[in-house]
Amino acid sequence: MTGKETIMSEQASKREEAGRAEEALLPPVDVVEDAHGITLYADLPGVAKDGLEVRVEGDTLILEGALDLALPEGMEASHVEVGIPRYRRVFTLSRELDSGKVSADYRHGVLKLRIPKAEHAQPRRVEVRVD
Amino acid sequence: MLYRSFFPRDLFADIERMQRELDRNLGGAPSIRGGTRGYPAMNVGTTARSVDVYAFAPGMDPDSLEVQIEKGMLAISGERKNEPAGQGATVHIDERFGGRFRRVVSLPDDVDANAVTATYRDGVLHVCVARKEPAQARRIPIQ
Repeated sequence: MTGKETIMSEQASKREEAGRAEEALLPPVDVVEDAHGITLYADLPGVAKDGLEVRVEGDTLILEGALDLALPEGMEASHVEVGIPRYRRVFTLSRELDSGKVSADYRHGVLKLRIPKAEHAQPRRVEVRVD
Repeated sequence: MLYRSFFPRDLFADIERMQRELDRNLGGAPSIRGGTRGYPAMNVGTTARSVDVYAFAPGMDPDSLEVQIEKGMLAISGERKNEPAGQGATVHIDERFGGRFRRVVSLPDDVDANAVTATYRDGVLHVCVARKEPAQARRIPIQ
């Protein structure tokens, strides 16, 4: 297969713009492609289902989540590793993906997105006939 | 072009920003266990009544998380098993943590190791350790 890099490339410039406007954590992701589409897993611990937003704008996939830890009142932080209460990551979808049929599943802080390939990009086996 | 400065005004600001981003991503010197801070990431906070530890460990089966308190140390351990890629699948990005993990934090002296609650919600393990009643100021009678 050729052009793997462009199948799902990150838009660094867009991310940077977003980062300047509002700082956000970059959630780690796994992206796996099979014959019928792409599966994306993103770690968004601390985001409630209501605080999660998955959007497709044109060929851009945007993942956003707001951290909600329900901290007890009057808590003083003594050690902080997760210091920004927001996640954000942006991807560019390639044209053979059917962005209208994205399905999302969220459980225990892990988002699982399934983006199928468009009909015309599905693999087809061509029968070879011998006369 | 002729009069363009070799040092555009915001160059240093850009370098500083890059440095900040690097620091944030790398977090200083790496630890002997490989990671910069280890997995899972942790936040610790205190209130008058409790010490609260938040471990960011998404995608876990709550039963496979282990929380232990021993000698004033709180240990959180477990194993994360990610869904394996199917046959003939191509992995383009592989960033999420997988495998066994263990992290230990030391607790203040005034905690009550018998009054601990642990809850797992949205991929965050919250361990709340109660603190002992603050020692009351007592008047000592003079005999």
